[in-house]
Amino acid sequence: MTVASSSSSADSALAAREENPWGRAWRRLRRRKGALIGLAVVALFVLLAVLAPWIAPYDPTATSWSLVRKPPSWAHWFGTDEVGRDVLSRVIWGARASLGAGLVSVSIAAGFGVPLGLLAGYAGGWIDAALSRVVDAMLAIPFLILAIALAAFLGPSLGNAMIAIGVTATPVFVRLTRGQTLAAKVEDYVEAARAVGNPHWRIALRHVLPNIVPPLLIQASLAIAGAIIAEAALSFLGLGQQPPAPSWGSMLNTAQRFIAQAPWMAIWPGLAIFAAVLSFNLLGDGLRDALDPRHK
Amino acid sequence: MLAFLTRRLLQILPTIVIVSMLIFGLQQLLPGDPALIMAGEDRDPAVLEQIREQYHLNDPVPVRYLYWVKGVLHGDLGESMRLKSSVASLVAEKLPVTLQLAAMALLFALGIGIPAGIVSAVKKETAWDYGANVFALWGLSTPNFWLGILMIFLFSVTLGWLPASGYVRLGEDWRQSLATTIMPAFVLGNALAAVLMRHTRGAMLQAMGADYVRTARAKGLQEGRVVLKHALRNAMTPVITLGALEFGTLLSGAVLTEQVFTIPGFGKLIVDAVFNRDYAVVQGVVLVTSTIYILLNLAADIAYMLVNPRLRG
Repeated sequence: MTVASSSSSADSALAAREENPWGRAWRRLRRRKGALIGLAVVALFVLLAVLAPWIAPYDPTATSWSLVRKPPSWAHWFGTDEVGRDVLSRVIWGARASLGAGLVSVSIAAGFGVPLGLLAGYAGGWIDAALSRVVDAMLAIPFLILAIALAAFLGPSLGNAMIAIGVTATPVFVRLTRGQTLAAKVEDYVEAARAVGNPHWRIALRHVLPNIVPPLLIQASLAIAGAIIAEAALSFLGLGQQPPAPSWGSMLNTAQRFIAQAPWMAIWPGLAIFAAVLSFNLLGDGLRDALDPRHK
Repeated sequence: MLAFLTRRLLQILPTIVIVSMLIFGLQQLLPGDPALIMAGEDRDPAVLEQIREQYHLNDPVPVRYLYWVKGVLHGDLGESMRLKSSVASLVAEKLPVTLQLAAMALLFALGIGIPAGIVSAVKKETAWDYGANVFALWGLSTPNFWLGILMIFLFSVTLGWLPASGYVRLGEDWRQSLATTIMPAFVLGNALAAVLMRHTRGAMLQAMGADYVRTARAKGLQEGRVVLKHALRNAMTPVITLGALEFGTLLSGAVLTEQVFTIPGFGKLIVDAVFNRDYAVVQGVVLVTSTIYILLNLAADIAYMLVNPRLRG
């Protein structure tokens, strides 16, 4: 019997009687304070990113020479930057670049990594050997160095930064999916599916894949945290979001030049990165506790 | 042992070959004619033809790859177009700076991460454990360039204790050298301290539940002795190998730290090269970092086997 990939049942009374694995996971996740805080902050950032045009008090790119580097005030809660832009509005809009980069690059990494890992693990033989060697090689290049090199050769832009981070994060997904597939392949339910004559693609997609979703979800959550830091790092170096469009990383780059005169410019974007990354890490840790039966 | 070494070296070979292909392949991502890029402003057809000839640009990609590999094997990593010097000599000049930074960062990470991990395992589920875990989460979630900027604000701008940027070589003036590297090294080691703390905690918890620790306690040994002599010694093996492995990660984290503190090391070299479209330098830095990383991996494996006799054979 395979796990139905339906959405989790939130009704705990029902979940207690006929324990669906997702219901059990949700119940366990809810018990963990850290994971819930993480989930709440993630939801908050998603709302900020989606509703940015309506929430942000000012235009994030509107400059004003009479408002250059003003400290936080009632009109500008987070202060203004070196050309008089509202820092709060830029932090809110920056959530789009950061969360967008997190989601897009992890989608790229999982989109390529999971099918390749399934293929390597399920098919085995020379396909597995060849893919594994390429994965080894990519993992032998330190993450940030590879992302910088890719972004450099592709040219600096937010889109290219997302591609660079996505490609760089792919081998981890290949390796994880391959390992999980190898373990699932020898389970009885796969044996049974094979015995009744299912074709290989159907076994891989309908029987193996749904059963290896939990570790992939944990990995995805942690990978988003890594991708947000990586996007901020590339933008900080000038290889991501290009000015004047706001991104937390590029805001920190400018802020560093004015650290003595306008420290508030450095505080808020950094706190935003920290909070976003921390909450995805908390969520990932919570998911691991909730979904991994071996982990207590 | 010899069989293990041979097998391991044979495994590394294809990895290095594929890494070199990937790094060479990066060039193919560049839009346009590489000769035009290299020539810069000079669009004289004769110059372009000479560049094509010199860099074998008229040959097919696999042939060019072989020329490139041949050069690399002879220690020729190409030429920096901007700095007009060989990439190999640039790397040799900048690498020691980053190695000093990374070594100091590793000391910070070991010095903070391991004691914190031991305390949190011994005092499991107390305020100590809770505090250490909060520290680990903080370390894993703080972007190190932000931490660097905040430290500059506190220690350089506000307190005026340490220089905000620059670098003095260790051989030149060791005090100044430490003053310029202590902040960047702390910033760089921060995340690794968190990783080491988590691993130490896990390994210690496992060791404390093992039979030999129960035996040591049953013999009536003092708890401190049990923890330090029996549990710690066994728990350290995976942690130390991890530390060796993560040294490579420090090299890549140094890119950001060196940028924040304006330290003329390996990381600054690659960032400057990126902005000057000095692609040979970018490739050279990636190649050298990866090679160091692969060799560290090998060293960690060998060390792991030396201290764990069960794996021999």
